[in-house]
Amino acid sequence: MVGKLIFALVATALAPFLGGLISGVDRRITAWLQSRYGPPVLQPFYDVLKLLGKKPMTVNLWQVLCAYVYLAAAVVSVFLFYLQTDLMLIFFTLTIGAVFLVMGALASPSPYSQIGGQRELLQVLTYEPLLILVFVSIAMVTGSFKISAVFELDKPLLFSLPLMFVVLGYALTIKLRKSPFDISACHHAHQELVRGVLTEYSGPYLAILEVAHWCEVVLMLSICALFWTTSVWGMLILVGATYFLEIIIDNVMARMTWKWMLRSVLSVGLALSVLNMLWLYAE
Amino acid sequence: MLKNAINASRLKSPWVIHFDCGSCNGCDIETLACLTPIYDIERFGIINVGNPKHADVLLVTGTVNHRNKHVLKNLYDQMPDPKAVIAIGACGLTGGVFREAYNVVGGVDKVIPVDVYVPGCPARPEAIIDGVVEALERVKVKLGLAS
Repeated sequence: MVGKLIFALVATALAPFLGGLISGVDRRITAWLQSRYGPPVLQPFYDVLKLLGKKPMTVNLWQVLCAYVYLAAAVVSVFLFYLQTDLMLIFFTLTIGAVFLVMGALASPSPYSQIGGQRELLQVLTYEPLLILVFVSIAMVTGSFKISAVFELDKPLLFSLPLMFVVLGYALTIKLRKSPFDISACHHAHQELVRGVLTEYSGPYLAILEVAHWCEVVLMLSICALFWTTSVWGMLILVGATYFLEIIIDNVMARMTWKWMLRSVLSVGLALSVLNMLWLYAE
Repeated sequence: MLKNAINASRLKSPWVIHFDCGSCNGCDIETLACLTPIYDIERFGIINVGNPKHADVLLVTGTVNHRNKHVLKNLYDQMPDPKAVIAIGACGLTGGVFREAYNVVGGVDKVIPVDVYVPGCPARPEAIIDGVVEALERVKVKLGLAS
């Protein structure tokens, strides 16, 4: 038990660094795909350190509270994941963070921030049912919501849940803030409304949101890794290939509207989930 | 140690905001050209953020007039410290060919303190990148890292 706790603590402490590195490599590969040279791999860390050193400017105290709760929820959900606890518990912790991010944006009367908050809420509305279905189908295979039960399987989860992996891919694209679903906190269009959630955050609080986002990226990729638990190499290749595909999708897709996102993601996601679950029943 | 890391990072990640005070768009196109694959200023960690609350460096092009001087001042006030201002092009520096007009205030420095002046009509992208690098040197002096 103590060993597991120490492992979870170490993993949680390393998560922001890993998330920052992933973000740096992401920016480099994106630049390469756009025939640019791109920033240094450590650039995300420079950005966050610089933001931490800026003079704090806040609209109200709600914003500060929301930034800290968002960070806390992201860190706690990573900790719970590496403690191999309940998938549902992790899901609810993640939701608390998402809701506080929206509340922070809605706490300011700025129209950009308000619209950004509403868009983020729509994104949460889109990916959460899918994430729940992914967790439920994992539980249908293993017979338990515990992550440790996944590691007791003798063949990878991907073979029994191939369509659910695609569904998770949709949730991943939204959560990683990649095109075509980057409508509230996009990484690229800094001048546009699609970065609305972050409009009123500045300096250290923007840095906190960025670090929390890195933790969430690590968590989402860890959930992807659950689909290949039988070998470490298989896990790394699956996660690496998935992330590379996300970067490609980000670069080749246009940014779509929230209506298109709701319609296409929920319909395709639900259809794929039903098909996969029917298949599980038939087996 | 953390303070040193933060100061080093400040010089490696200058996020800029670009404000057009009624320029002819010549300087604006040259400024945006810096973002293209040919110049790719993201190599130096420079990002064009459209939000004064996220920005470190304010790039101003065009003549300042009595209408937009309030907007310029407001943008400057919304940027958290430490910050730098770069005036770009003949109009941003002095008012250019419009300086005698009745509605023109003159250069950007009549309204807010300017750290670096980038001349040209329009200013070349290379000169603008040099201007940002020069502004970082000024920030270094402000932070007490260099004389």
